[in-house]
Amino acid sequence: MDMAFIIETIAKIVVILLVFSALAGLGTYFERKVLAFMQRRLGPMHVGPFGLLQVAADGIKLFTKEDIIPQNVVKPIFKIAPVITAATAFMAAAAIPFWPEFTAFGYKVHPIVADINVGILYVLGIMAIGLYGPLLGGMASANKFSLISAARSAAVFISYEVISGLSLLAPLMMVGSLSLIDINNYQAGGIGNWIVWSQPVAFILFWIAAFAETGRTPFHLIANDHEIIDGFGTEYSGMRWGLFFIGEYANMFFISFVIAIIFLGGFGDGSIAGAFQLLLKVSFFFFFFLWTRAAWPDVRPDQLMWLCWKVLMPLAVVNIVITGLVMMF
Amino acid sequence: MFEVVAFYLFAALTIVMFTITVMTQQALYALTAMAAGMIFISAFFFILGADFLGAIQIIVYTGAVMSLYAFGMMFFDTTRDVVEKRNNPRFVVVLGGLAAVLIVLIVLAPIVTTDLNAHYPIDVSVGNSQAIGMVLFTKYLVPFEVAAVMLLVAMISGIVLAGKKMDKSLTLMADEEIALMHASSHHTPEEGGH
Repeated sequence: MDMAFIIETIAKIVVILLVFSALAGLGTYFERKVLAFMQRRLGPMHVGPFGLLQVAADGIKLFTKEDIIPQNVVKPIFKIAPVITAATAFMAAAAIPFWPEFTAFGYKVHPIVADINVGILYVLGIMAIGLYGPLLGGMASANKFSLISAARSAAVFISYEVISGLSLLAPLMMVGSLSLIDINNYQAGGIGNWIVWSQPVAFILFWIAAFAETGRTPFHLIANDHEIIDGFGTEYSGMRWGLFFIGEYANMFFISFVIAIIFLGGFGDGSIAGAFQLLLKVSFFFFFFLWTRAAWPDVRPDQLMWLCWKVLMPLAVVNIVITGLVMMF
Repeated sequence: MFEVVAFYLFAALTIVMFTITVMTQQALYALTAMAAGMIFISAFFFILGADFLGAIQIIVYTGAVMSLYAFGMMFFDTTRDVVEKRNNPRFVVVLGGLAAVLIVLIVLAPIVTTDLNAHYPIDVSVGNSQAIGMVLFTKYLVPFEVAAVMLLVAMISGIVLAGKKMDKSLTLMADEEIALMHASSHHTPEEGGH
């Protein structure tokens, strides 16, 4: 464990933190602009050119707002809940290869913090811990709407963890490795080798589960504005609420990376073109998150459970059995 | 050097977390400390090079503790302290301490004098998850299958116990139908009595 390795790792961590915190802020801008475009509005347009500085204005507002800790809440838990959401979102990024290897100033850079051989399991596990944020925040707030939201987050977590795990099992059986880099290299041959062609069912199932785990619109019932105010976020103010927000948007980016790497070939053979293709794929998935928010209504909690246990889970299991049979014979 | 620091750090954190779990009167502290302790334990697997088991430890126990939270939500007001009934605290401390010492002795006694050797040392030529798979489907095949059958039995009995009246959904019924259902279910035992 030499000094260069430590410095390199710390540099990578700082870069990922800065880039994705900034992207989370910009993500809110894109979301408002895309939603506005789809709903025939203008969106943010007064602060800066095209309303771009709205992000900075929102940031200043969140940072300088009073941090209110209401009476009757369980204080330590209430304070730590948003930190869990934001921190686990960035911890999950440690095992994601964001870019192929490249050489800068004669030094070989691997743009992944830790290439552990159980990458995808680690990413899913840490993202799962992220749901403790809404759960703890909701349970620690002395507020019935928050409590409903906490109950929903527990239900969504326990159900959709099953879907994301089972749907990934079939592609992982084909690749034979849990490392995201191995999964990427398996599809390095080009567009014909993408796993999405051989595992379309797993792709759709994992995509649906991604919506549930990031709490995006068709499954937005953890913080459903029109029935339970802001759910777990009701009692939060200022930067603590902002941390929930950063965590949600960072999670959207990271899950987009994961989907693109596992099913759509990732960065391909590692050329510059492949790297930019990866960014394009990630942008598409991020855009799709916003698109569904404009196009779809929210489902009811019981519809969500029905979809999970009576439709998606049987499909995922059948998909695994068929994949296994095809691989055996 | 890093491994030693990490080991003592996570050992201390784990012990502190589980101490909070046992000692606190606040259900939410207990559950959260337990979840944190379970996640800190995964650090030992990572230090030992068992990445697969570490990740599985995180995934399994976050889910398991999450369902405990659900129970906590149903049975307590989690923002209040739980009032515990303590008849003889000294007796509990003595028995608890003795039990802890006994467990340490039971585990350490057979191995304290011998040099420990791994029966199945980590094979660097295959990955971590492959090594687990090989051990699981050769040496430990029977216990693995028995555990699977037991989980299946537990699942089926859970569905049977919880599945009464699952064909009716209160959210999909009109108010009159619900009233009718309640009325008929109240009358049935009386009719049986006649």
